[in-house]
Order: sequence, then structure tokens, then C-alpha cells
Amino acid sequence: MKPLNFESLKKLRQKAQATLNVRELSHTAVSEKCCGLETGSDHIQILCCGGTGCKASQSKKIVENLKECVKAHGVADKVDVITTGCFGFCEKGPIVNVIPDNTFYTQVKPEDAEEIIKEHVIGGRRVERLLYVDPKTEHTVSDSKHMDFYRKQMRIALRNCGFIDPENINEYIARDGYAGLADVIKNQTPEQVIETVTKSGLRGRGGAGFPAGKKWEHGRAVHAEHKYVVCNADEGDPGAFMDRSIMEGDPHSVLEAMAICGYAIGANHGLIYIRAEYPLAVSRLRVAIKQANELGLLGNNILGSDFSFDIDIRYGAGAFVCGEATALVHSMEGKRGEPRMKPPHLTDHGYMGYPTNVNNVETLANVPIIITKGADWFASIGTEKSKGTKVFALAGKINNVGLIEVPMGTTLREIIYEIGGGVKDGKKFKAVQTGGPSGGCLTEKHLDIPIDYESLEAAGSMMGSGGMIVMDEDDCMVSVAKFYLDFTVNESCGKCTPCRIGNKRLLEILTRITEGKGTPQDLETLKRLSEVIKETSLCGLGQSSPNPVLSTLNNFYDEYVEHVKNHKCRAKQCKALLTYAVRPDKCKGCGACKRGCPADAIIGDVRKPHVIDPSKCIRCGMCKSHCRFDAIQVF
Amino acid sequence: MITLTIDRHVVVVPANTTILEAAKTVNVEIPTLCHIDLEGTCVKSNPASCRLCVVEVDGRNNLMPACATQCRQGMVVHTSSPRVLRARKTVAELILSDHPNDCLTCPKCSDCELQRLVRRLNCRVMPYNDGEHAHRKVEITPAIKRDMDKCIYCRRCESVCNEVQTVGALGAVGRGFTTTIAPSFNKMLNETNCTYCGQCVAVCPVGALTERDYAEELIADITHPDKIVIAQTAPAVRYALGEEFGFKPGTSVTGKMVTALKDMGFDYVFDTDFGADMTIMEEGAEILDRLQKFLAGDKNVKLPIMTSCCPAWVNFYEHEYPDLLDYPSTAKSPAQMFGAVAKTYWAEKMGIPRDKIVVVSIMPCLAKKYECNRDEFKVDGNPDVDYSISTRELAALIRRSNINFDSLPDGDFDKPLGESTGAAAIFGITGGVMEAALRTVYEKFTGNTLPRIEFDQVRGLDGIREATIDLNGFELRVCVVNTLGNARVIMDKLRKGELNYHVVEVMACPGGCIGGAGQPYHHGNIETLKARQRAVYAEDAGKQLRKSHENPDIQKLYKEFLGAPLSEKAHHLLHTSYCDKSIK
Repeated sequence: MKPLNFESLKKLRQKAQATLNVRELSHTAVSEKCCGLETGSDHIQILCCGGTGCKASQSKKIVENLKECVKAHGVADKVDVITTGCFGFCEKGPIVNVIPDNTFYTQVKPEDAEEIIKEHVIGGRRVERLLYVDPKTEHTVSDSKHMDFYRKQMRIALRNCGFIDPENINEYIARDGYAGLADVIKNQTPEQVIETVTKSGLRGRGGAGFPAGKKWEHGRAVHAEHKYVVCNADEGDPGAFMDRSIMEGDPHSVLEAMAICGYAIGANHGLIYIRAEYPLAVSRLRVAIKQANELGLLGNNILGSDFSFDIDIRYGAGAFVCGEATALVHSMEGKRGEPRMKPPHLTDHGYMGYPTNVNNVETLANVPIIITKGADWFASIGTEKSKGTKVFALAGKINNVGLIEVPMGTTLREIIYEIGGGVKDGKKFKAVQTGGPSGGCLTEKHLDIPIDYESLEAAGSMMGSGGMIVMDEDDCMVSVAKFYLDFTVNESCGKCTPCRIGNKRLLEILTRITEGKGTPQDLETLKRLSEVIKETSLCGLGQSSPNPVLSTLNNFYDEYVEHVKNHKCRAKQCKALLTYAVRPDKCKGCGACKRGCPADAIIGDVRKPHVIDPSKCIRCGMCKSHCRFDAIQVF
Repeated sequence: MITLTIDRHVVVVPANTTILEAAKTVNVEIPTLCHIDLEGTCVKSNPASCRLCVVEVDGRNNLMPACATQCRQGMVVHTSSPRVLRARKTVAELILSDHPNDCLTCPKCSDCELQRLVRRLNCRVMPYNDGEHAHRKVEITPAIKRDMDKCIYCRRCESVCNEVQTVGALGAVGRGFTTTIAPSFNKMLNETNCTYCGQCVAVCPVGALTERDYAEELIADITHPDKIVIAQTAPAVRYALGEEFGFKPGTSVTGKMVTALKDMGFDYVFDTDFGADMTIMEEGAEILDRLQKFLAGDKNVKLPIMTSCCPAWVNFYEHEYPDLLDYPSTAKSPAQMFGAVAKTYWAEKMGIPRDKIVVVSIMPCLAKKYECNRDEFKVDGNPDVDYSISTRELAALIRRSNINFDSLPDGDFDKPLGESTGAAAIFGITGGVMEAALRTVYEKFTGNTLPRIEFDQVRGLDGIREATIDLNGFELRVCVVNTLGNARVIMDKLRKGELNYHVVEVMACPGGCIGGAGQPYHHGNIETLKARQRAVYAEDAGKQLRKSHENPDIQKLYKEFLGAPLSEKAHHLLHTSYCDKSIK
């Protein structure tokens, strides 16, 4: 392939836009009628989600079947089957989206391919059974625009995910891809680029929220023989997968942003630090880097200019702490992934001793569109101090699990009840955990706070990388804190004392409490120790690891007290604190529970109410599952 | 210059000063544990990981480690606010919660930095001690004992092993609570290229890394009715031993040491300095030999010739530079030369069979323990030196033997293996072997008497020092190196053919043997090493005989027994060979 220059890139874009046009139109205008080849459509595109989640549900097979059916029905020249990145609505995946009528099929199975082709693509009749059913109205909704899940979303970082084929650079170019890079190289000074990023108000999406423009400015100011741009793709928060989705669904946006950053700070080398557990993202990035190099959009003399920038990939072994930038750099250098004291900052002394600018994937994904649409456009979205949008991985006891992107300032209530469709199974909302293991649990009273970096922190949690886990009345908050501590204890690098030993001791105290061996004194110790760990730890991991403990102590103190004083767990999660008993009024004396009990803890004569001996009971719940009369109560 | 406030003091310091350093200038001693800085040497570790030196800085949310936080203009620092004291104590309590706390029987008892710190922080309870302990390996090598349950993870040993010595035998393994410091893949030390230099032991603040103790073997031998136990004491021991008994660093306690050894029951007390003079005779002759060949146009002669008296350095080049084994001198170390002569020349003279003699070397060194075990230094399985004990072990034995060291009268070394010169005295210091060799080589090469005995050019503590010595018009280029990291610099250059010296001296420990791993702990105080260094040169200056070849007992030894330096007998007894020990 011939390397592009500014002119030929423009021409390529125009050409690519023509092919992508039908998709663009169908997304903005929803056609009421279903289109099919027999009903007058001349070309149909079928988009199928190729994200990791949908792939796990056989989306690859769906694509293969669709392609086979298209061939079998002799319509291969009129139908394109395209694998895209993640649509975000993982709860309902695999997703198949038919263009031009923008029909959004959910939970598609490989065997549905035949029907989609025969009925919809050829016959022009929607496959009703595969449409999304709105749980409120119980009516089917044929397109994503009219679903509550998508209505309040604003997709900037995810703009191309689920829309373009991530392995086709032309589709990215059609959506103004590499236009930002071309523009900055041709028309802007590095200082102007940094000014745009600064004015946009873009802040680091990895968690800390450091202003990206400020970081770049510092990177620019340092003089060195070499400089590096590093993309932090070491997404480690349990349940968070926004970075993976972006790299899988829109890898070029990351590459373009890195090149823009390189131009701005004067770097010629880019490195993507990605965990090896993301094989799909790695392969898509590899394809993207190759394509961009072939087209002269990366490599030497980009678009015929003086600016050169190459990108390589470095693999991480999956340690959580390697998301911390200094640990990340150590890991890339082949050293133990361990953080170090700052200063020196990485912008002064980073990879191999050279100035290094580290940005998160999501942060970078915002950059190209900020360049093409302008800082003012981006700054008009969001709150006073937090601009733009944020991607959240919505999970837990919520109806619509998935990846969402909302403007900063959206409330938790909007996210949970409108986008998320409320708490699962009609249970009562209890808490929402944001910020992953470093964040905290927020309660009902926090639901109307407009989300941004500052407000979440003020409420005792943090933005983090965007994990959001919803909990209901069945979740025990002591166990939740224990769960997160267990994670940080495992993921601590072991370098500094408070994190290495302190977190372990916190976990031991929490374990003691959930086993019914806690004392009121333990609650004091938890608080005191948590505070010391926070204020004395070396890196962000230890400085934030006690947050789940402190926030649950603050917001659910009663639950802790119940555990240590009354030895009760209201959510019935802490096995050691449960009492199993037979209700004499309901027990028929059938003996089923007695026979099922593995601990010989139940005594009683036939046809007379049975009794459980609490000293023998191991709280396994077998009696409850054996009882046909609902006579076993747990309290 | 930067002005800041530390507690009630206004402090003015240069830029790049840490809070810890700034505080010291106004007598505010912030407690530290992981931090070590042996100023003037390359021994420095500052991982900021123990978090015991945290201080409160106005405007900062978190507490800052004083050892790694640089002073800023206008900074207001509180080093002992209630918040700081609470945090510091809690961190110490956490360390104790994963420590065996068996201080009473710990080899580091009363010399332990953690113990001292806990006392200073007034820890009276151990509130977290009902939790789990991370169980780690225990390993006993011939030289070093690793009891990693005691490790507090300060990383000093790792830093010394990797950055100072560049051996890389120790590093962090695993993560989180069970992290340990070990060879990679948690192997044993004897499976690595560890040189047993023992600098990890020298910097360990607790009892995790200690020397292998031979006290029980020694007591059994001394009390054995049939065994003749003889001691040889290394040059560097006598200037440091006193520290263990409350003497100021640099106090020479040679006479008391000799008396104590005799009181303990040693049959003869000799001096390794005698062995050092022998080393100069042999090594000096080797230097002259190679120089003469070189001057005669021999293209195959290996230059520079390198000293070989440091056993850790020998291990280092056997492991790392097997292709360059022709360069070091083949002369054994003074201790081994002594052993070989004691069990032949002296044994014959005294009419004692070899197997009844037990030679014990008292060394500032841990690698010497390993050296004793080398097959090259054994005759039919009987080692020339039976075992080696450190300065610290000697002190412990003296204490155990009910000897009031302070008031001991001065004793004299036994003859004939106790006579030595000033040249031997300076063996214990970096540059000393070189200077001793130069004193002899100069006179033999030129045939003239030295105009000035001291070679100031090779003295000092810098890691690599070069000098050019005028040998009657021939410019002898010499280089003196201490620490193995600096040795690597030199050896890499040699391998590339970029080295331009005739003679190179290498010692593995910072400052040479005075900073050896068997010496009383310096606890990061460079003044201790400097005081020992001054004492060494003072001893030399006060000696009547200051050139090895002038030692009358040495002259006698050659006349009666060895013939001449590099003779066949000398070769057989006083020289060795090296083997490729690289880990493939």
C-alpha cells in the first residue's frame, strides 16, 4: 500500500464515507419499516458484536452462520456481514444490528442466523422474538435509540465501538479518523495542541483525574534525546472493561491519540502496556498498528511530514499494581512491577530514564475527537470541573449490565434506574460501589449527586476507572469490604509496610467479624488502622485500599455493630452468624430434613416437630432445601 | 538555597536535600529503618518502603517519608505531631506483627535496628500479633545464614547485592504479604552466583541475614585434649574488635586481642599479617615476572595482573568472567598461605602431625568461611585453614569466655608466624595490597630504596582510583577498586580490550576489609569506617619494618623452606588455580 499524504488521506476519507454513509444515516434516522431486499433495499449491512463478552457467547459462530446463509441464499453481493466492537449492552448480548433499518436484535444464537437472513434480510420482516422487550411497557423496541439503556448515554470515547469494523482502517478514517492527527501536523504547533487539550478540560480517566493538558505541557517542557508516550492499558479493577472495549472496538482512536500526544510533547516512540489476558484487544491493536504503518499514519514521516512516531506493544502479566504508572514503567523495563516514590515524575524520568507521558486508554480515546470538534465543544459537556463523558462498567444486582457512557454530571439515580433499569428482581437498592477496590460504597442518600471527580470523592468514594457495582438488600456490607480487601491483599506488591502487612491485618479483622468472632473494639481498630494505611502507604494502591472499609464503616455502621454485638448478619451472607431453626407450627415431622442433614444436627420423632441442635449445625442449608413445608427458618 | 521550617527550627539547605537530611542539621533525628547511606561509598538504599520516617507536611493530605521527600521552599514540616507519632507506632506494630520477636535468642539481639527503633517508639503492646505470619525460607550456607522469617523487607540487601555488588543473587520474590527476598524463583543461595561477600549481612538491620556461626566447633576443638589449635588474626580485625566492647571505632586492640585468644585456650596465636607479607613476596614476584616479560616484548603476557586475596572477588570472576581467569595473580590469599605454611613448615618445625593442628582464621570477612571449604585448599580432605570466624563471632566468644576485655593486658603474637611489617598491616584497607606490593616491586624493579614509603596516590575510599607510578622511567599504571560493581566496570573494559593498567587491586567490600561483612556492624555510619582506616595507616606508620621483603621471619622461611618466591615449593603451597563457575 502506498503511504498517504494529506491530500490522499482526504480522498480516502471521502471514498470511505460513501460506503459508511448508509450506516451513519440509519443511526440518526430510525426507519419505522423494516427493510429487506424483497421490499426494495438494494444493500444491507449486518453488524455483529465481536467484543470479548459476545464472543464468549458464540458471536463468532453467529457471524460465520450469517455469512454462510447469505451465500446459500445467493445474496452475498448485496449483504455485508461485519464484525464490530462492543455495543455496550452486554446483558442482552450477543447483539446483531441490521442496517439500514437499524434493527437491534438481542441475545442472538448461532442458529438464529438463518431466520435473520430469510425473514429480515430477504423478506423484510423483523424477527420479533429477537427484539428487545422494554420491561416497563412490555412492548418490543426495534432500535437502540428508543431503549432506556441508550437514551441517556452520550458516546464520545465509545463513539466507534459497535459501529465500525475495528479491523478496517477505512471505516475509522471515514469517521474523521486520523483527521485530527493530520490537522495538528499540518496546521498546528505542539503548543496549540496542548492548549486545545488543556482548554477542553480533559482529565485522566484512569482514576486520579489529573488534567491531561497539564501533563502534556510538562512533557513538552522537558528536554531529552528521546521521549515516550505510553498508553496505560493495564485495566485492573475487577469488573471494569471499558479500556478493553475501546481497544477491541476502536483501536485506531488510541493510536491516533498517542501520535497526537507524541507530536505535542515531542516524542517519537509510543508504547502500549497491555495485560496479556486481553488477547483480542492485543490482536486488534496489532492489526491496527500494521494498517496505520502501511498507510503512513504511523512510522517515519507521517503523511509525508517531518514527524515520525512508532508504536509498539508491551505485555503485562496482570498485576493490579502495574496500573500505577511508576510500577508500569518498571514492568515495561523488565523489572519487578513495583511503584516508587515520586518525584522524579515520569514526565522527567520514565521508561529507560527518558521522559515518559503515561495516559489511560479512555483518556486517549477522547483526544482525536477533541482535536476535530474543538475544545469548546468538549468543554460544553459535563460539570464545572469535570468535562466530557465517563464510561462506566455497570454490574452487580442491576437489570442492564453493560458498558455505558454518560456526560459528567449525570446522577447515580439516572444511571441505576434509567440506564441500568433498576435493581434486579425488584429487590431493594442498598449501595453502589464506584471506583473499584480503591473506591467506596455510596448509599440511597448519594443517588442524586451529579457525578464528577470531586463529588464522588466528597461522598467518600472515587471515580476510579469506572467500575460501578450495584448491591441490594441481600449484600452484606462487611462481606463487601472483605471482598475488596481480599483483592488488594492479593494484589499488593509488598513493597511498603502499611500496604503489605496493614491490609492483611484489616482483612483478618474483617474475616473475624464475618465469622462472628469480632468485638466492638475491632471496629475502632479497623478505623484507626485504615486511616494509618491511607496516610502512610507509598502508592495509590495502599493509599486507597482501606476506602471500602472506611466507606462501609461510615455508611453502614449499624451493620458492623450488628455483626459484633448481636452476632447477626441482616443480609444473611455471613454463614457463621446464621441460626437455622424448625418452625414447630409448620413442621409436619416428615423427617426429610433429618435425613438430609450431613451433621446429624436434627432430632425429632416422626410426625412430631423436629428440632435443630445449634451446636451441631454447620449452617449448610441442606435442611432448608429438603423441607417441603417451608418449616426451616433462617435468622 | 531553600528555607523551610522543621518543628520549631527554621532550616536553610541546598536544593535536593531531603527532609531527613535537613532535619539532621538541626539535631532532629527522624527514625529510619529501610534507609541506609554509607556516604562516600556506593552503599545507599532508599526505597522509602518501611514508612517509619513519615512526617507531616502542611498542605499535603498524606504523611510523607522524610528519607525520600525533597525540601521545598516554605515547607512546614512536623516530625513528631500526634498524627505522626500515631502512624509511626502503628507501622512499627505492623512490622512486629509479622516478625518472630524472638529477640532473646536472636543473633542480632542488642545490635538490631528494629529492636532499637521499637524501644525508641515506646511500643508497649503488639496489637496485631494474633494474625498470620508469612512463613519464609531458612538457609544455612558455609558463610551466610538466611532466616527470612525475620526479614522486615527493607530491601537493603537487595540494593547492595544488585546495585553495589551487581551480583544480583537476591531480589524480591512473590508479592503482597508473602513477599520474600531470595534468589530468583526462591532458589537457594548456593544455587546462584552469590560470591558470599556478605555485604547483605553487613547492612541487614535485623537478624534475617547473619554469618554462619562456628563457635560450637571452635569450643569443641579448643577443649579437645589432642588438638593443637592455632589462631591467625586478619589485619583488619584488630581495629574494629574494640567496638564490640565499647571502644571508639578505630581503637587498635591488638594486644588485648592476643591475650584474650590465649585466655580462651588457643595454643598459639599467630598473625595473618605474616601471611600478608608472604603474599607480597609471591604476588610481587609475579608482578615483576609479568612486567619483565611484557618489557621483553612478550605479546602473550596477561596484563593487568590482578590481586587475588579477596575470596569474594575470586568467586566473582570465577562466576562472571571465566574467560579472563588468566589475569588474576595465582597467589593464594594471606589466610590460606598462612594455613599452608602452618600445616607444613611450622608443623614440621614443631613436630606436630598435620591432622592434629586446627588452624582457625579470625577474619573481617564471611567469604573466607566459604574459602576454607574450597577443595583447592585441602590436602587429602584436610583443610589448610579449618574454619574461619568473624570479628563479631570472636567478640561473642570472648564475652562467653568470662574475659573482661577492657582491662586485659597486651599480649604478643607467637613466633615465628607472628612477625609482620607495615606493608601487611595495610592489607585490611582498599589500596593497601597495592601499596604493599608497590613498596616491594619498586625496590626490586629499580634496585633503589624507596624515597618515600607512602603511596598516597592509591589511598582513599573512592570506588575506582587510578595512579601512575614512576619506576625509574617506566610508568607503571595501577588501579585500585573496591566493591564488585566497580570491579565489573573494570572487567567489562578488560573483556573489550579497553583496559590500560599493569596492576589492579580489587576488594569486594566498601573500603576494603575494614568494611568487611564480618566486622562489627557500621549501621550506615561512614565515620566508623573512616576511623578504622585512620587506625590502619597509623599502625603502618608506627612500624619499624614497613616492607614485606624486610620481614626477617619471612626471609628465614624462604631460606629454610621455600627457596625463592615462585619456586616449585612456593608454587605448590602458596599458589592456586581458578575454575569456570559460571551458571549456565
